[in-house]
Amino acid sequence: MSNTLTPAANQGGKLLLEVEHLTMRFGGLTALNDLSLAVPAGKITSIIGPNGAGKTTFFNCLTGFYKPTTGNVRMHHPQYGPLLLNQMPSYHVARKAGVVRTFQNIRLFPNMTVLENLIVAQHNALQRASRFSIAGLFGQAGYKSAREAALAKALMWLTRLKLLDIADTAAGNLSYGTQRRIEIARALCVDPLLLCLDEPAAGLNPRESAELNELLLYLSREHNKGVLLIEHDMNVVMRVSDHICVLNFGNKIAEGNPAQIQNDPDVIKAYLGEDETDQEAA
Amino acid sequence: MTAFIPDHSGPGMTARLKDATGVAVVSLFLGIPMIALHTVDVGGVLAVATRWPWLIAFAVTMFTGRLVLQFALDHLKINKARRERARPAVRATRPWLKWTGYAVLGFSIVLPIMCSGNRYVVDTATTVMIYVMLGWGLNVVVGLAGLLDLGYVAFYAVGAYTYGLLSTHFGWGFWETLPVAGALAAGFGILLGWPTLRLRGDYLAIVTLGFGEIVRLILVNWTDFSGGPNGIGSIPRPTFFGLPFAPAGDGPTFASFFGIEYAPEHRVIFLYYVILVLALLTNLFIARLRKLPVGIAWEAVREDEVACKALGMNVTNIKLSAFAIGAMLGGFAGVFFAARQGFISPESFVFSESATILAIVVLGGMGSQLGVVVAAILLVLLPELGRDFSEYRMLMFGAAMILIMVWRPGGLIASRAPTVRLHKEAQP
Amino acid sequence: MGQFIQQLINGLTLGAVYGLIALGYTMVYGIIGMINFAHGDIYMVAAIIAVTVLTLLGALGISAVPLAILITLAVVIFFTAIYGWSVERVAYRPLRKASRLAPLISAIGMSIFLQNMVQLTQGARVKPIHAMMPGGFELFTHDGFSVHLAYTQIMIISVTIILLAVFSYLITRTSFGRQQRACEQDQTMTALLGINVDRTISYTFMLGAALAAVAGVMVTVYYGVVDFSIGFVAGIKAFTAAVLGGIGSLPGAMLGGLIIGMIESFWSAYLSPEYKDVATFGILILVLMFRPSGLLGRPEVEKV
Repeated sequence: MSNTLTPAANQGGKLLLEVEHLTMRFGGLTALNDLSLAVPAGKITSIIGPNGAGKTTFFNCLTGFYKPTTGNVRMHHPQYGPLLLNQMPSYHVARKAGVVRTFQNIRLFPNMTVLENLIVAQHNALQRASRFSIAGLFGQAGYKSAREAALAKALMWLTRLKLLDIADTAAGNLSYGTQRRIEIARALCVDPLLLCLDEPAAGLNPRESAELNELLLYLSREHNKGVLLIEHDMNVVMRVSDHICVLNFGNKIAEGNPAQIQNDPDVIKAYLGEDETDQEAA
Repeated sequence: MTAFIPDHSGPGMTARLKDATGVAVVSLFLGIPMIALHTVDVGGVLAVATRWPWLIAFAVTMFTGRLVLQFALDHLKINKARRERARPAVRATRPWLKWTGYAVLGFSIVLPIMCSGNRYVVDTATTVMIYVMLGWGLNVVVGLAGLLDLGYVAFYAVGAYTYGLLSTHFGWGFWETLPVAGALAAGFGILLGWPTLRLRGDYLAIVTLGFGEIVRLILVNWTDFSGGPNGIGSIPRPTFFGLPFAPAGDGPTFASFFGIEYAPEHRVIFLYYVILVLALLTNLFIARLRKLPVGIAWEAVREDEVACKALGMNVTNIKLSAFAIGAMLGGFAGVFFAARQGFISPESFVFSESATILAIVVLGGMGSQLGVVVAAILLVLLPELGRDFSEYRMLMFGAAMILIMVWRPGGLIASRAPTVRLHKEAQP
Repeated sequence: MGQFIQQLINGLTLGAVYGLIALGYTMVYGIIGMINFAHGDIYMVAAIIAVTVLTLLGALGISAVPLAILITLAVVIFFTAIYGWSVERVAYRPLRKASRLAPLISAIGMSIFLQNMVQLTQGARVKPIHAMMPGGFELFTHDGFSVHLAYTQIMIISVTIILLAVFSYLITRTSFGRQQRACEQDQTMTALLGINVDRTISYTFMLGAALAAVAGVMVTVYYGVVDFSIGFVAGIKAFTAAVLGGIGSLPGAMLGGLIIGMIESFWSAYLSPEYKDVATFGILILVLMFRPSGLLGRPEVEKV
């Protein structure tokens, strides 16, 4: 494991996250059954499957909201080496391991402005720079420059995601598609190594969804971020994914590149049922 | 009933009369066991007495009151709708808030000079300032961090007793006790918050309420430590940098040092300015904190805890810091309270005090500093003004709390100024 | 041993009363998710009305104890339910869409209002009534300590058990109970199904008030003294009981009430009566530290 962050392009494909035999049970219900998966940096990995297949549960296990019953989630961090996410307090998953997620039912800070949402995301860095408020209270230079840097970063992502005009608007007043973009921008402000997006295309119109495709490719190719995507919109999944994992009733039923998945008989069966084999819905 | 109400504007006269009759009937039922019938002590035995005319009067009042209120409301609604149609969709920022703030500040500085002859006014203003300070402290916890604290008065008590005990036993002065008491109150805040802050909102409410009661009960019962129900008396008053406010005696006094005639008002005015300075420092402190990462994080935690966790924020520590800072400010206010009264007892730290402070925060508009001032003035002055008909004043106070809340559920000043703006030119 | 049994009986009686009041808290919390701070004062209003009714009955010459108590119960429940309805209508319904704190403040205002209203109309003095059901059984004597079970205690415990049975039936078996539980889960959806949510909430408040009324009547008969300030302490204790048992859970409220009744009576007897409330709140904090949703509360699974 190298100790420095090497430039993006030649790092693509390096193993980032390793999920080993992950099982999650709620009482008698097995939501995830012995799931293993490898997620590389600089690539887009998608998790698909019918409703209730365990996709969001998988995210919750990954990001520390649930403690998995058995199994390990290992993050290969370029600085800290391998980290076991399932043994960390939930906020460390984002702070230390650099795994940041968005939510299926958007969770913004609705009464705060878009810009404030993005500043909150940089809380840890800013808090350190403000010496836990003491330096900040007296307006010392170190804190001021950290604050400038935070604003600059927020500004960069606001620009990239076309949110600049509404930066001073309360986030809760904006349209659904915009809120999705804000949530992604906010996650990016944490500087994640791995970005976990839970149905980012849900509720987007075709143009917004095309922009999302472009953004995801940009993030993985140009910024070498690992992207883990839960999505129902096959227009997004099939166009951008490098690797797809299909879940059904908590089990992994297929894995491969988009072409392989589209022709996998088990996948077709899971989506359409036993009898009909209609190609175009897969 | 003829349709005399023009086109829109809701229900007609018949509906209104029906509604008012309904209110009157309910009032009759409510009044029978309370107004019409009451028990009186006749030679050690209870007997039932009646007041039927009162009941009739009550029902009639409710009937007419309801009618008048409904007509007034209808009228207001029509006017409001008309204004809304005239107004552009985007609501402008409100610069007048800022100017009101400055006006209040200016007034509070000149108040004792204007009313130097009237000790009562300055005294009442001092009480208002104590509540303003307490309100600002609790505002950090409730308004910014969104944590429901029903036992805030405990930290106030910690501050007051710290000064009471340290000054009477060890001769500590006001100014050196202040930081110690603040730290102690903050410590208590952490002690309470650390195990309980992961509880969800309403559980936290009862736990803090319980904590407030525990503190009070210990103060009542642990007589050796706190003087029990009798409290602590003859607490030394703060001095003017070592110069006591006293008639000329041995050693220099405030009056003799400045070569002026001794007047008891000096201390009252001095105390007023002390609390004014404390309150202004508090305000400055909070306004600064609000723009710092920790302040923004408080608000974020209030808005969505789960999202905060997902962004790598340690929610418990953030809540704890809000709790501790709120407690510290309460402790400061407590020290001042003890110094001003010269006497403290558990009586001053009952639950209704906590409720009043919370009411100041919520009525003022959560998170709004100016709102706290307005609400504190209102809640202190209402009972004061009601002294002439003192029997009814707490009744009015309760009714006012309900009415204001129903009238403005978001509080009197319910606007939130962003902590950071991108488009500077949009700033007022 | 004798004292232990005696305290058990006393604790059970006290706990039954707390439990009945706690049920009102928990029901209201379940349906609209807020603390009805005025509930303790509803109980106080009931107790005051009970004094009036009992005195009136005495004056009318109705002296058969069971009959007098039944009439009192009916009358007090009727009037208290109207109080419960009015409180909801005035202080809570207009704030249903407001933030969580707004109804809390109006509830505190309502509590202050009710207390002072009663103080004004009924006087501030403590109201004593003559003992209606004196005496009881002497169960046994052990080491010179005789254990008593008063008739009033039997009444309180049996009435509580009967009420609980009726109440569980009401909630689990009747159409009102179904509507009530539906409102707890999702008010919007319930309204879409054609159920009058406002009315269901009103009934819930009235039902809670009725239970508080029963508690008020029984306390009046049990202790024989009542005044305008009893609502606050009883309210806080009952609220603590509801939280201890797991707010929103009906059996939890009863369990919490019993536990708090026990703590109080045992702590007073064996340790120090002055610190009994400290013990109550201390145990509440301890329990919540280890079981954040109370003893029988559904653990809140954060849906993300």
